[in-house]
Amino acid sequence: MAEILLKVAGLHAWYGESHILHGVDFQVGRGELVTLLGRNGVGKTTTLRSIMGIVEKRTGSIAFAGRETVGQPSDTIARQGLAYCPEERGIFSSLNVEENLLLPPVVKPGGMSVDEIYRLFPNLLERRRSQGTKLSGGEQQMLAIGRILRTGANLLLLDEPTEGLAPVIVQRIGDIISELKDRGFTILLVEQNFHFAARVADRHYVMEDGKVVDMIAAAEVEQNRAKLQAYLGV
Amino acid sequence: MMKDSQRTLVIAIVAALALAAPWVAYPVFLMTALCFALFACAFNLLLGYAGLMSFGHAMFFGMAGYFYGHVVKTWNLPPELGLIAGVAGAAAIGLVTGALAIRRQGIYFAMITLAFAQMVYFFCVQAPFTGGEDGLQGIPRKPLLGIIPTHDDHVLYYVVLAIFLFGFGTIYRIIHSPFGQVLKAIRDNEQRAVSLGYEADRYKLLAFVLSAALAGLAGATKAMVLQFATLTDVSAAMSGEVVLMALVGGLGTITGPVIGAFILVTMQNYLASFGEFVLVIQGVIFVVIVIAFRRGLVGELSALWRARFQPRSTEPETAD
Repeated sequence: MAEILLKVAGLHAWYGESHILHGVDFQVGRGELVTLLGRNGVGKTTTLRSIMGIVEKRTGSIAFAGRETVGQPSDTIARQGLAYCPEERGIFSSLNVEENLLLPPVVKPGGMSVDEIYRLFPNLLERRRSQGTKLSGGEQQMLAIGRILRTGANLLLLDEPTEGLAPVIVQRIGDIISELKDRGFTILLVEQNFHFAARVADRHYVMEDGKVVDMIAAAEVEQNRAKLQAYLGV
Repeated sequence: MMKDSQRTLVIAIVAALALAAPWVAYPVFLMTALCFALFACAFNLLLGYAGLMSFGHAMFFGMAGYFYGHVVKTWNLPPELGLIAGVAGAAAIGLVTGALAIRRQGIYFAMITLAFAQMVYFFCVQAPFTGGEDGLQGIPRKPLLGIIPTHDDHVLYYVVLAIFLFGFGTIYRIIHSPFGQVLKAIRDNEQRAVSLGYEADRYKLLAFVLSAALAGLAGATKAMVLQFATLTDVSAAMSGEVVLMALVGGLGTITGPVIGAFILVTMQNYLASFGEFVLVIQGVIFVVIVIAFRRGLVGELSALWRARFQPRSTEPETAD
């Protein structure tokens, strides 16, 4: 594996009193596209939210580029070059498309320009003056992804970018994610849609009951298909 | 939204009205209304754009009046220094109370600001420099900048209009700046703004201090106009009144609080003969507005305008 960009070890996390993550371990190499798979409620989203510091009650170790981030607030973590695209997308409803794109602060050099983002998402260019809430689900998802590409963040955490979208849009988002990987972004993707994940990822981590229970490389997916189906209950 | 030509026309008409007004209506009434309009705009900057509900804005408005009175009357300094003292004093109170209040959200934030405002009120009742129940009376109207004769109501009106436009312009610039965009983002979805790398508390504190300073400018100007500073202006009722002005006009619209302030000041003026019943009438209006016009007068009118005159295909601009 290439240089390790993100290393999560013994991560526990809580929502209030309920203990959600019970010692999550995995790592992501620079330039890799890695997925977290698993059924509903196994802690995939919580893992992303803990990495971003949105879940504040967490113990264990999350090292980004060798630096420990557990204990830091969310905005400090974001400024080190992590960007999160949440499942609910979080488009700012009173800002238009372009204002949403321009809002996130640039944290490092090397981010994409607004023109490059529009080239990647031509729909957004057409709707640049539309208010965030007036977009279709697919456009909102594109905006949510596009928004974090300008900041210079090199690790993208994408939470179910295909949820609730039409197959043709899912296809399009898959192409875009592959293109982002080719551009050198490191991507940690949470997915329920295994067919989508299998198409784009280098490796898959499988989660169950708040832990990572297995790791399957893209090349080994075929011989492990039965096992994966059991994990995912499909 | 309106076309540019229509917008220019509306601005020209409003400007002509504003310039001619003191020759038609009583200047002191107009000046009072302008002071409240600026106060309501300052409050709206915080609630309408940063989503922070303060129940204690009278402390900035009223204290600035005392600062103005103290500087101009007791220390016998020129009025421009009184205005600066009012703004700086209100900003300083805003910094201290804001730093503590913004750590809490929603109703707790509102309650903390209310608690501070009550402390300030009781401080003003007791402290020697405020004149207690009597307030500071007979603050002289000395020449502004050494030359402008503010004892003439008509001259002072244009001074107050200039101060109002300065404050209003400042708020307009703040709302349309990148800082204003971040404020709106925090209002829409604070957690998301933070996880994009914004330290939301710093932005909220700055918005709070700016709002306090502008409320202070309004309060100091009012003391200059009416030549007194009283307990009424630091009272909880005043904090409630500014909420009402912003709501009646329309929260989160730039002109709404101005309209709301004029409506309320006019009502208080013309219904003064009803005595305490003004409060009952105000209460009824408040209830009607909240139930029937959730977006306030300006908010509802601009929504009507868009529905009536805008083809469905074009997108409305971002609300401002």
